[in-house]
Amino acid sequence: MYGTLPTPAGAVPRLAAGLTMVDRLGHWQMRWGFGRMRYRVRPGLYAVGEPQAASPVLVTANYKMTVDLLRRELAATNAWLLVLDTRGVNVWCAAGKGTFGTAEIIRQVTACRLAELVGHRTLVLPQLGAPGVAAHEVLKGCGFRVIYGPVRAADLPAFLAAGMQATPAMRRVTFTLGERLVLTPVELTAMWKSLGWGSLLLLLIGGIGPRFFTVEAALQRGPAAIAAGLAGVLAGAVVVPVLLPWLPGRMFAVKGAVAGLAVALAGTTLYGARLGGIDSAALLLALPAVAAWCAMNFTGATTFTSPSGVEREMRRTLPVQAAALLAAGTLWIAGAFLP
Amino acid sequence: MSGLRYLDNVVTLQLDAAKCTGCGMCATVCPHAVLALEDRRARIVRRDACIECGACARNCPVAALSVKAGVGCASAIIHGWLTGSEPSCDCQGSC
Ligand code: SF4
Ligand code: SF4
Repeated sequence: MYGTLPTPAGAVPRLAAGLTMVDRLGHWQMRWGFGRMRYRVRPGLYAVGEPQAASPVLVTANYKMTVDLLRRELAATNAWLLVLDTRGVNVWCAAGKGTFGTAEIIRQVTACRLAELVGHRTLVLPQLGAPGVAAHEVLKGCGFRVIYGPVRAADLPAFLAAGMQATPAMRRVTFTLGERLVLTPVELTAMWKSLGWGSLLLLLIGGIGPRFFTVEAALQRGPAAIAAGLAGVLAGAVVVPVLLPWLPGRMFAVKGAVAGLAVALAGTTLYGARLGGIDSAALLLALPAVAAWCAMNFTGATTFTSPSGVEREMRRTLPVQAAALLAAGTLWIAGAFLP
Repeated sequence: MSGLRYLDNVVTLQLDAAKCTGCGMCATVCPHAVLALEDRRARIVRRDACIECGACARNCPVAALSVKAGVGCASAIIHGWLTGSEPSCDCQGSC
């Protein structure tokens, strides 16, 4: 990558310390969902700084964002970096799928002839890789002992300096405001397609009226409904993540419904006179339902929800969401036929 | 993390204390401090904080732990319901 380091097991490419403007631009693009598929690093062994036989071996995924993060945090460290082939997926997701896993570690350790390079027999893995890796099987498979390092790359230098000891805080996953905020662009961009189709549908339904279907009605009633839908999406996908700890309820759907209802109440207060009774009622039903759905979809990106819990929440709240949407749609269409 | 809590009495985590050798691996890998070592045996101390990631079960050398590990994305679960298969997460990057 940026020069090589000659070793007994062949030349090992060296990673540059620190990030460039190009790296930062790439990260920004990734967060907004452009070209997410191609952001990967070639798997294999890399040198960080001037590693020697006694230097630690850190194992990671070949998602470029992850490797860049390590490069930044390890700017003052000498280490070997063993990059697994996770098909460009980050450690946590790849561990869930098993691509960041026991077999791939054994394969890379053997392929890179790691045993000839280092004097010790220890691999440092990110703790979040543990769902995919059985430490005792790695030892059996290639003779290297697995030590789970901290959850966050930023804690690596301190962890290494302490003789590979993690403090309890280093082992705990957090979900701070900043961590929640970086996720919202991805949540929103993932919805672009459904937003487009939803808007089209609302335009079509908006045109329905006493004269069967008119373009004037579609252009008059449609945009207002689209605006309401967008408000629901923003309430569920932005307001809920940001205000997560302070919104009432444990279920995400409940938090979303509360946020949506607050936005809908603000809407009817401001525009109630222009909307009229029936459309206001439709708004009060539809907006919380849309927000609840979007908020529920955020569970996949959080760090403290269990799949069993998400499934329970879906079984309990999806029927309510669907009923509210249906009632809102019926009211809205019926409103077109009333004087 | 203390402020954020999800639903109670729902997770599938099981510990067979009779098998446990007290190696402590499960407590090390758990990202939510669900497990702790007491009297050289593992114990579930914060059951409702478990996110069913499966790290503890995967790393227990004597298979004393079991959990139905899976994906927590709503869309993946719906897909699982519709196709009758296990939910799988195919999002790239951040899941
Ligand atoms: S499944 Fe994950 S969160 Fe639950 S106890 Fe095991 S390691 Fe902890
Ligand atoms: S990993 Fe297994 S054997 Fe080791 S402490 Fe946990 S339950 Fe006991």
